Amino acid sequence: MSNLLLIAYLDLKESIRAKWFLVYSLVFGGMIALFFIAGVTESQVMGFSGLSRLLLMYIQVTIVILPIFILITTVRSISGDRDNHILEYMLSFPISLKQYYWGKIIGRFITVYLPVLFAMIIAIVYGFSKGAAIPWDIFFLYTGLLFALSSAFLGIAFFISSFVKSSEVALGIAFFIWIALLAFIDIALISLMMQQRMNEELIIFLAMINPMEIFRVAAISLFDPELTVMGPVAFYILDSMSQGVFVLVSIAYPVLLGMLFAFFGFVIFKKKDLV
Amino acid sequence: MIKTTGLTKKFGKHVSLDNVNIEFKKNESIALMGANGAGKTTLVRSLLGYYHPDAGEVLINGLNPVKERVKVLENISFVPQLPPPIKLSISELMQYVSVSAHIDRELITHYANEMKLDIKANLNKSFFKLSGGMKQKLLIAISLAKKSDIIIYDEPTANLDPKARDDFYRLLKQNEDEKVLLFVTHRLEEVKDLVNRQVYMDLGKVVSDERVGAHHE
Repeated sequence: MSNLLLIAYLDLKESIRAKWFLVYSLVFGGMIALFFIAGVTESQVMGFSGLSRLLLMYIQVTIVILPIFILITTVRSISGDRDNHILEYMLSFPISLKQYYWGKIIGRFITVYLPVLFAMIIAIVYGFSKGAAIPWDIFFLYTGLLFALSSAFLGIAFFISSFVKSSEVALGIAFFIWIALLAFIDIALISLMMQQRMNEELIIFLAMINPMEIFRVAAISLFDPELTVMGPVAFYILDSMSQGVFVLVSIAYPVLLGMLFAFFGFVIFKKKDLV
Repeated sequence: MIKTTGLTKKFGKHVSLDNVNIEFKKNESIALMGANGAGKTTLVRSLLGYYHPDAGEVLINGLNPVKERVKVLENISFVPQLPPPIKLSISELMQYVSVSAHIDRELITHYANEMKLDIKANLNKSFFKLSGGMKQKLLIAISLAKKSDIIIYDEPTANLDPKARDDFYRLLKQNEDEKVLLFVTHRLEEVKDLVNRQVYMDLGKVVSDERVGAHHE
């Protein structure tokens, strides 16, 4: 086994045993169970029903809680190990920093991505057993979008983790980033538009660089190609590119963003004192 | 084997290592002493390549431990002062060290047995749930099984009872040939019989460096 896979494998095993992972899995699995119990599949809102409706609700909730879950649980991975001297011991073995850092990222990515994916798969399987039609296009789009969103926030979390001195500060920064991005989904954007102090292109740009907004618009675009249920930014976005291109961008951009942050995190990790 | 030249490390305005020039050669067993904040741990961490020096350099067998960390660390065993709260099980920790540093797991078990630590009964236990003494014994067993040329112990006996200390010293005596043994310690009397060199540090400088006893010489 290579050192990279070794680190990933051990981090995965360690994470799966952790209490936060149990809570994390229960939240997403429980959410799906709750939707079924609440009869979401039987309801019809704005023309969406059945499994499509359930997946839409799932993704709407996920957009808010997945980023903060990933940030909180991951942001302490390196800074926490540094804090409690685990890094001092583990890095006294002949493992390159590259293997350690990227191994941790791979392990952590699997940990955060699998529960949200499994929750969707459970929904599909359960829905199928109940005779519901399976919206494969939506399922595959959401699989990709969740992958992209997880990558983006994992990269951001590792970036923060690489430079902060204590895990408390890391948590504070993570929370701030989450709130800021969440605000720029709607509230802040709408108020900026209403104030008319900024030109519209800048506001659109702010929306487009926010992986949460991209995720949100792309998640709804399959149901509602005209995006009538969404705010003005979504309308502008689809005005400037086709839906197909936008879906590709909405997956590629967060993945690239995450990789970029992770890479900068690695550069800092390498350049800084390790303990 | 180990050579520092003009090694200086600052943390903000605090100078933790101030132009340290020191060399440790094969067959030397060194007690590195000094008050808290003297720079002992900073020196050890610099040898392990954890710190980027502000000035000067560290060479381990002619290699820079920051730039060539993998090659350098292949030849170093290190046991920290306090065993860290590693969440891996003993079995996973052994997997980590045996894959990354090619350490024979049987040899770890052998040294653990010599230290009166029954690894097989605790394989699935989390490392951090072991008692302080058990953790220290396991880390010592790993350090010996690694068969490194350089062994660095930071207060290695802090958690050990007198019997375990005797086992530790006995094993060290069997494994010290052709090596550099570096003990960071506050209690010279504990390692007195093992060392042939005493280095004192204060305020980031080496203030005394003397050879002692006939050990190895």
